Amino acid sequence: MSFQPKIVTFLCNWCSYGAADLAGVSRFQYPPNMRIIRLPCSGRVTPKMILHAFRKGADGVWVSGCHPGDCHYLEGNYYARRKFALLKSLFEYQGIEPGRLHFSWISSAEGVKFAEIANQVIDEVTRLGPLEHFLKTLPN
Amino acid sequence: MTTKVTGAVLIVGGGIASIQAALDLANSGYYVYMIEKTPSIGGVMSQLDKTFPTNDCSMCIMSPKLVEVGRHLNIELVTLANIEDIRGEEGNFEVDVFQKARYVDMTKCIACGACAEKCPKKVDDEYNMNLVKRKAIYVPYPQAVPLKYAIDAKNCIKLTKGKCGNCEKNCPAGAINYEDTDKRFTLTVGSIIFSTGFKTYDPSGKLPYFYDNNPDVVTSIEFERLLSASGPNKGHLIRISDHVEPKKIAWLQCVGSRDTNTCKNSHCSSVCCMYAIKQAIIAKEHEPSLECTIFYMDMRTHGKGFENCYNEAREKYGIKFSRIRVHSVYPGSGEEKGQVIHYMDEDSGKPVEERFDIVVLSVGMEIPDEVKALSDKTGIDLTPNGFCKTDSFDPVSTTRKGIYVCGAFQGPKDIPQSVIEAGSAAMKAGAALTGSRNTLTKKIVTPVEIPVSGQRPRVGVFVCHCGINIGSVINVPAVRDYAKTLPFVEYVADNLYSCSQDTQDNITRLIKEQNLNRIIVAACTPRTHDPLFQETLMNAGVNKYLFEMVNIRNHGSWVHKDFPVESTEKAKDLVRMAVAKVVQAEPLQEAELSIDQNALVIGGGISGMAAAKALSSQGYHVTIAEREARLGGNANSLYKTAKGESIKDGLEKMVAEVKNDTRIDVCLNTEIDHVEGFVGSFDTTLKTTDKTETIRHGVAIIATGAAESKPTEYLYGRDKRVITGLELDKRMREGDAGLKTLKTAVFIQCVGSREPARPYCSRICCTHSVASALHLKEINPDMKIFILYRDIRTYGEKENLYQEARGKGVIFIRYDVNNKPKVTSSEDSLFVEVDDHILKRPIKISADLLNLASAIVPYRDERLAQFFKVPMNDDGFFVEAHVKLAPSDFATDGVFMCGLSHYPKPIDESIAQAQAAASSATRLLSQKTINTSGTIAVSNIAYCTSCGVCVSICPYNAPSFIVEGRNAGKAEINPVLCKGCGACVASCRSGALHLKGFEESQIMAMIDAA
Repeated sequence: MSFQPKIVTFLCNWCSYGAADLAGVSRFQYPPNMRIIRLPCSGRVTPKMILHAFRKGADGVWVSGCHPGDCHYLEGNYYARRKFALLKSLFEYQGIEPGRLHFSWISSAEGVKFAEIANQVIDEVTRLGPLEHFLKTLPN
Repeated sequence: MTTKVTGAVLIVGGGIASIQAALDLANSGYYVYMIEKTPSIGGVMSQLDKTFPTNDCSMCIMSPKLVEVGRHLNIELVTLANIEDIRGEEGNFEVDVFQKARYVDMTKCIACGACAEKCPKKVDDEYNMNLVKRKAIYVPYPQAVPLKYAIDAKNCIKLTKGKCGNCEKNCPAGAINYEDTDKRFTLTVGSIIFSTGFKTYDPSGKLPYFYDNNPDVVTSIEFERLLSASGPNKGHLIRISDHVEPKKIAWLQCVGSRDTNTCKNSHCSSVCCMYAIKQAIIAKEHEPSLECTIFYMDMRTHGKGFENCYNEAREKYGIKFSRIRVHSVYPGSGEEKGQVIHYMDEDSGKPVEERFDIVVLSVGMEIPDEVKALSDKTGIDLTPNGFCKTDSFDPVSTTRKGIYVCGAFQGPKDIPQSVIEAGSAAMKAGAALTGSRNTLTKKIVTPVEIPVSGQRPRVGVFVCHCGINIGSVINVPAVRDYAKTLPFVEYVADNLYSCSQDTQDNITRLIKEQNLNRIIVAACTPRTHDPLFQETLMNAGVNKYLFEMVNIRNHGSWVHKDFPVESTEKAKDLVRMAVAKVVQAEPLQEAELSIDQNALVIGGGISGMAAAKALSSQGYHVTIAEREARLGGNANSLYKTAKGESIKDGLEKMVAEVKNDTRIDVCLNTEIDHVEGFVGSFDTTLKTTDKTETIRHGVAIIATGAAESKPTEYLYGRDKRVITGLELDKRMREGDAGLKTLKTAVFIQCVGSREPARPYCSRICCTHSVASALHLKEINPDMKIFILYRDIRTYGEKENLYQEARGKGVIFIRYDVNNKPKVTSSEDSLFVEVDDHILKRPIKISADLLNLASAIVPYRDERLAQFFKVPMNDDGFFVEAHVKLAPSDFATDGVFMCGLSHYPKPIDESIAQAQAAASSATRLLSQKTINTSGTIAVSNIAYCTSCGVCVSICPYNAPSFIVEGRNAGKAEINPVLCKGCGACVASCRSGALHLKGFEESQIMAMIDAA
């Protein structure tokens, strides 16, 4: 079977998790590569969690929160973006493909968008192949 | 009122309206009796497969409500019962109840089903519209509440012939009692609510449809069962006669509605257009190659989100809509099976003969004869169509004081409108009894929490099939067995429906038997079902935060239907992650928050005033903030309601009542300047021209309304003879003598509505124009009146106005949105050119008045939305917490909505919604305190470096520096202000902050397990 990436996905409870629910209700299809972790807000995500996910074998990480201005907690998504922007440039500096790390804004009414981005993220990570940067020993 | 009133309410009926009314009342301090004629509650909604326009699974959204009613301490279900008579008056009614014998002891029955399995007698299953058989001992459906078996005495062999007795022999609980007898008893209550619902029109014996003895012509409710996963064919769509998959299905609209020929139902049933669209879409989803055609007269998609659904049905799903009233259906002859429909194709004008595999009759709503008889006996007046007679300004009061009405008995309507009226009826029923609030209710005693700290985690994992929603894709037993292998997992099981009452009872029992101290349910989404399972945990004495839900439906089976193997693996991974998290969970405590007993209503129109009056009648103090200089809003320009009541009189009465009410403060010329706080204690700054004032309130109701748009077409603003509906009303209200001299008036409908730029239907304009036309005819019977329309949407009993208008010679001409009427003018006349839909040629009308039914547009008050953190949709209307079951609530606690800011609606519906919003608010206010979430941040002071990041980033000011003592300068979190977002936790550089329930270690453990 072809390479099936594992993508750890952090979704905020109010918007993106709701969008994922709506994608389900609307039966919008995407492949089963996501492992969703529900958090109250994208602002709860720390860079350490993302690094930890990669270190533990994730091939991609996707963080999604509410649209700017729509955060259930007013501005948590802005803090998330700020941390994220820094992390992304750190990754680039380290030579990790930027396509492994995704960030999006999806409202709870955007089931279509959720499925679309899920498909995009999966496609992109699949194209990049397994992540081996964080493996202590490379497989023979 | 000096005599003592009884603090109990009786609700007749067990459908969704009754359920909502019962919950509202029982949660605001009244004891409720629900009288249901069948063995269990649920009504028609429980039979539906999906609900429009979102196509939510009906049972899934209803089940939590059923369970809540079933386990509510202050709701007593009286099943298999009906009312014989009502004596007494408001405050103290004596109700005679007749209850049929159940022959099963409800206290003993454990609903194991052993009895039904061994019962030899098969009878028609009413729940499945007699399409399959059930046994003589039965529960109507698997999620029924109360989930207790009942013997159908007419069909039981033991009870009719004295033989058999199989159920008694096989019942492990000894619950069968053949000696049970019918009972008569009397209940004393203060108010009564009639929410008896409707029955669907029965087309049997009506020749044109060939419904009798023809299994392939079905009613819409039968088709609903055929589509349902819990239906006769497990949701696999087939032609019943030969079990072949259908290729073509037709829906015939208005069967038993808008029909005075084959039946006496002149009214429109309001819901059939939408349910036909819904069924066609779902049928297409079952089989994309299916050809669906809906034969209709007018497409009535006048509700929130309906027009979009209609457009999608045409454009995205390719459903064919054919405007024709089909005269008859014939069974096909010859080799090809199927039903033949002859009709005239509107575009070509040629007769067409088309064959369909299944014909669905979209049957309308009727009031059952026994309800009419009961109304007659108890002094409740009915309309000529048999619905309950009500006043537009008091939409849920019957003609007998103290008896209220809601749901389809009040008039044909959909679920959200029924739920709204239920809230409204509950509000009215409760308001009459405030003197006896909390006198008959019982207190909830939650068991003492079992201490778990220091104990080894013992996890129970329950995996749900969700009917076939999950089980058809994911291998549920494999997930269950896998869960058993995980560390700390002591017990695993799978359930057909995890949300049903029996599963809840089962979980409670297993927690005790197996000493479980952590629970995982792998089923649907925690966003809807967390509270239900958490309550179950609490009832078993387990802290509700020792629970985790795994979403294997919305994020699993529903989105990976082509990957059964992979999604089973994914489900296992998700369960493993949840176990890793839950074993680290600790019991959390919730802070108690007191609810300020004042309310703020924003907007002083009809809705705002109705909401304020309702809250005042419940004993609460209300402030109305109105931006204009006077109360009344749009109603200041309106002439008459659809029922013919004078709006001027109604409004004047309302304004006087509000002004004389000592519990209501009115602030005119007032804007909302700022809002702080949260449910229970909002601090809102009101700004008038000369002063600003901050008031504290526990709840807020948004009733900011909407306005009639100013048209930009048809010479509006350029020719004085072109006016809008509201402008015409104003002239009629002022008794403008000029109207009498008019020779010809033309109305154009859908001006600015149902167009790409503003896709929604404004709901009220059709009725309004038809009523205005009738008023003009009254002023001058010789006036020629033309109404140019796209679909006439005089829903419900308003259809009678449409008939009356045609009877009086008003001419209706349909136009196409792509070929709109053209308006020109000269000094003496206006000229309206339109293509006549029957003549198929243009006609030119010379008119001296052109009335434009222009769209209703919301104010799009972004600032207000920000203040209360409430969402708006693309059209600018506020978005309710749930389209079907919480239409007057916001997702934000303590904030409610009503009136036009929710969606365009007439006065009676606005008042009903205002009262429903007030009912929801009362539910909260009457509790006096609520618990905040346990999911909050806490600070470990020993680690805090006093950097101040948390203090600066928190939008709620929850973290602050300790001012005094040895920890001065360290950060602490105020648990009441904390919302639990975790932004501070993620930003804390020293690891001093923790988010309860989402600890760093828990998330890391999930990542490890992913």
